[in-house]
Amino acid sequence: MHEVGIMQNAIQMAEQQARESGANRIHALRLRVGLMSGVVAEALEFAFEAVSRGTLAEGARLEIERVPPAAWCAHCGAEFPCEDYDLTCPRCREFSQELRRGTEMQLSSIEVS
Amino acid sequence: MCVECGCGLPGAPGEVQIHPAGPGPAHSHHHGHPRPAPHGHEHDHAHDHPGAAPTKDQPRAERTVGIQRSLLEKNDRIAERNRGFFQAKRLLVLNVLSSPGSGKTTLIQKTAEALAGRLRLGVIVGDLATENDANRLRSTGIPVVQITTGSVCHLEADMVARAMTGLDLDALDVLVIENVGNLVCPASYDLGEALRVVLMSVTEGEDKPLKYPTMFHSATVAVITKTDLAEAAGFDREQAIANLGRISHHARRFEVSSRTGEGMPDWCDYLVERRRELAGAPAAHS
Repeated sequence: MHEVGIMQNAIQMAEQQARESGANRIHALRLRVGLMSGVVAEALEFAFEAVSRGTLAEGARLEIERVPPAAWCAHCGAEFPCEDYDLTCPRCREFSQELRRGTEMQLSSIEVS
Repeated sequence: MCVECGCGLPGAPGEVQIHPAGPGPAHSHHHGHPRPAPHGHEHDHAHDHPGAAPTKDQPRAERTVGIQRSLLEKNDRIAERNRGFFQAKRLLVLNVLSSPGSGKTTLIQKTAEALAGRLRLGVIVGDLATENDANRLRSTGIPVVQITTGSVCHLEADMVARAMTGLDLDALDVLVIENVGNLVCPASYDLGEALRVVLMSVTEGEDKPLKYPTMFHSATVAVITKTDLAEAAGFDREQAIANLGRISHHARRFEVSSRTGEGMPDWCDYLVERRRELAGAPAAHS
């Protein structure tokens, strides 16, 4: 249950960016969360309620884009979705060493005024 | 320049530029990477608009500020600082992870004993509460610092940075960080380690890597522990190795019994070799 700490980071980062751009209210936060990132979007939503209170983001919308994992095969050059964490290339059956998407945990943008 | 797509198109001065559908001069270009959601971001900020400030009767319009920053940025930055510091000290650092009761403390204890005279170990041990693990490790005569995290389910890079001031690092070759027993949260937190060592014991079942893929995927070393209990636990070794191969195929694999010492020489030789590589490498500072 480390989502609370992560959400606190997100709000701090959003508040800092909002202030730097001269805004005093945050209307929305957009996050990108990979399905292999180890955090659960629902837990982030739950944490947001609690940790946004008393911040510029109180009452803001939280939009979470869930990013499905995709890997790249160095052997045949294919990029493929790796459902169920299977990194075997469906084309040549080699194991991929490179997970290209699905582990991100990112604040992509905010709506401010 | 647009930091996301690098399109290089300038924004109009004094305007927040948002593309593809925001205010400002329209520009179109092809992104090499199709994105599922529209993204807007600010190109320009920190400038004054005399006379343009909103008033009470004229509410300010909502606008988008692009950020694109990792939520773990702060931890990652401290972890990189730790890593550079460890490299400069030629210190081999291990982050040891597993579920509670997989044998982290015993493995560390036996490793320290087996390496006595070859490598000097120190340990930072993380637990929610108690000094029990630290006391067990101290009984082997190695320097130990305990971090009690309270309710935090993982160690973070700044906790390690603070804890290591309690050890004489110049008197060590290997620093072992025993993380909180948890296969979920610690996966996301880089501590600055050189080796991420993930344990699974034979009593936990062969499918552990499939159940906790994020953790097992992040391993640089996977260790199957308590191999002396394999038969009693009905452990299917082939299946376990196949599962590890699927999730942690890039990881170096060891099978050990801390109790009987089976497999310990290979594991210890590996650490000696890794430490030798590090000692021969150029220092991180110039």
